[in-house]
Amino acid sequence: MAVFIIRRLLWMMLVLLVVSAITFILLRSVPGGPFNTERGVPEPVQRSLEEKFNLSAPLPEQYLKYLTDITIPRITGEEFRRSLTNDYLINMPLPFLGEKTYLRWMNFGPSLRVRSRTVNQLFLENLPISFQLGIAALVVAVAIGVPSGVVAALNRNSWLDYLSMGIAITGVSVSIIVSAPLLQYLFGVQWKLLPASGWGTLQQAILPSFALGFTYSALLARLTRASLLQVMTEDYVRTARAKGLSERVVVIIHALKNALIPVVTVIGPLFALLVTGTFVAETIFAIPGMGRYFVTSVTNRDFTVVMGTILLYAGFLVLANMVVDILYAWLDPRIRLS
Amino acid sequence: MAVVEGNRDLQSSDVVKLETHIKGESLWASAGKRLLRNRLAVLGGIIIILTILLAIFADAIAIKPYFETDLPSGDSAPYWVTQVFTSMVPVENGGYVKINNDYPLGADKLGRDIFSRIVYGTRISLAVALVGPILALAVGVGWGLVAGYFGGWIDNTMMRIVDIMYAFPTLLFIILLMTFFRFSTATPEPGSFAYAMGQLDKSMGGLLFIFVGIGLTSWMQMARLVRGQVLSAREKEYVESAKSMGATTPRIMWQHILPNIMGPLIVAETLTIPQYISYEAFLSFIGLGVQVPTPSWGSMISEGSRAVSSYPNQAIFPALALFVVMFAFNFLGDGLRDALDPRMRGVE
Repeated sequence: MAVFIIRRLLWMMLVLLVVSAITFILLRSVPGGPFNTERGVPEPVQRSLEEKFNLSAPLPEQYLKYLTDITIPRITGEEFRRSLTNDYLINMPLPFLGEKTYLRWMNFGPSLRVRSRTVNQLFLENLPISFQLGIAALVVAVAIGVPSGVVAALNRNSWLDYLSMGIAITGVSVSIIVSAPLLQYLFGVQWKLLPASGWGTLQQAILPSFALGFTYSALLARLTRASLLQVMTEDYVRTARAKGLSERVVVIIHALKNALIPVVTVIGPLFALLVTGTFVAETIFAIPGMGRYFVTSVTNRDFTVVMGTILLYAGFLVLANMVVDILYAWLDPRIRLS
Repeated sequence: MAVVEGNRDLQSSDVVKLETHIKGESLWASAGKRLLRNRLAVLGGIIIILTILLAIFADAIAIKPYFETDLPSGDSAPYWVTQVFTSMVPVENGGYVKINNDYPLGADKLGRDIFSRIVYGTRISLAVALVGPILALAVGVGWGLVAGYFGGWIDNTMMRIVDIMYAFPTLLFIILLMTFFRFSTATPEPGSFAYAMGQLDKSMGGLLFIFVGIGLTSWMQMARLVRGQVLSAREKEYVESAKSMGATTPRIMWQHILPNIMGPLIVAETLTIPQYISYEAFLSFIGLGVQVPTPSWGSMISEGSRAVSSYPNQAIFPALALFVVMFAFNFLGDGLRDALDPRMRGVE
């Protein structure tokens, strides 16, 4: 198990290294920098700005510097002074090493467009909102998807099955681009039941999390149904029935527990997908999260913000997948770790 | 499968069907029959054919050119729209909506006809629906065939590359790629490669880069699928017999293995088409997709959703169009899967 985890961690580092290199190359080979605004900046000012943000050094050097700033954790006992180039996402106190000793990790550097802000500050302001939205959408997806999948499987080929699978295929076809304006109009404008946009209250969270979660509830419903149908034909279910257990016990204790294994393994990547895929929801519902911010940073060529977001999101996705793999092996001992 | 079908037909003593069986029913013919029996798949197919017709005859069906603006009638709507969307109260009744029945679904902010733009929008969505699978197949099949057939370190290296590409968050990657394309062709000097690409893309209304972006982000799934299929096909007798007859490796791959694994590939690609369509809509939605004034449903929804509380028709009609087409492709894909592989019916 330990070997497996270490191997996966090393693999994850390799993936992130490649991701960061591709992102860096793509972003920096685009002509024009973040300081080429429409009004234009005087030549010397631009040069000093580039100097300040380390944009004039040779590209490989910039890349290495950027990478070491993010990846190398620092354990320091010095008085910490936050500045544009010295701001860490993770500041963990290490009281056993000394009173003011901190582990500081992940310095994503300053934002190039939002003056006097670091990428970390932008993360801290915007990421929690995207996370909340992603978690809310996941709750919606699971709460709708899993029960309807179970109902469909237990009433196979009945109207309940057709109904829930019909809803599922509708859900798959409704991309958030479709459902978001529709929900916004129906509930926000026509029936005036919920606020059509904004973020902060529980009511405001309902529409975007439904719009985002509904599509994936369809995916979960299909998966749950397929998995449960398959498990119901297994020998151990027949054995349980033969023992004379009630159908309820058979389904809940014997079948469902095993049928949900593939579902659980999907939820991990799904969570990562939902958290990192909130661009459209945030744009339509005017939610000040990281997704909306990312889109503007891309057009503004705010290199450090774009790099940081992609790296953080990619890391999050890879980590989620790894956790799921481990969980999978732990839940189902038949699966060999390899 | 044809044999099984034939036996059942024999028992039911259906002479007409018996004859077709004697003639020999290929896998495709029997799959086609099964597909036609699936009503939802047929419905999906009909919708797709209608959409294709709309795209071909867009010039005749659209009542106005998609780029024609008419500022005085901007944001106007026909009477029936105000009846459906009751929050849109006409000016005559003390509201704010200009009534103009010349526009069947209303006009957008610039006075462009929404109906005509939706009709022309079918071209973009269908182009993506057609080219997306071709790109994914072209790259993914080659990659998967080579990796699966040769195995060993070649397979290992190639599949690790796929794994790394997989780890890239697709949406972020596609945004990044589009940004790269759009910016690096924005202001290059004439005569350079970037300039030529930019001009080509412009002449296609921004579609070229959408194709490349989708192609670069979606071949991995196909490569994995093909590799898995090849690994199992490689062990089959027909490959061995082809080998013993002295067939060359490329010939075995193309003539023997590929036709035998085509079924699952087609099913997988049909089921991915809605995803391609939604990628385009998504990119156009955030302004990195098609370039103005090319009409795309995604960009129309994006523009419309800014005014959804006052003019819901501007976002909801293109959204419905997008929904119907994605729905149709999903139904057809599901039907194809059931038809080509009856074992999978009801399992997923």
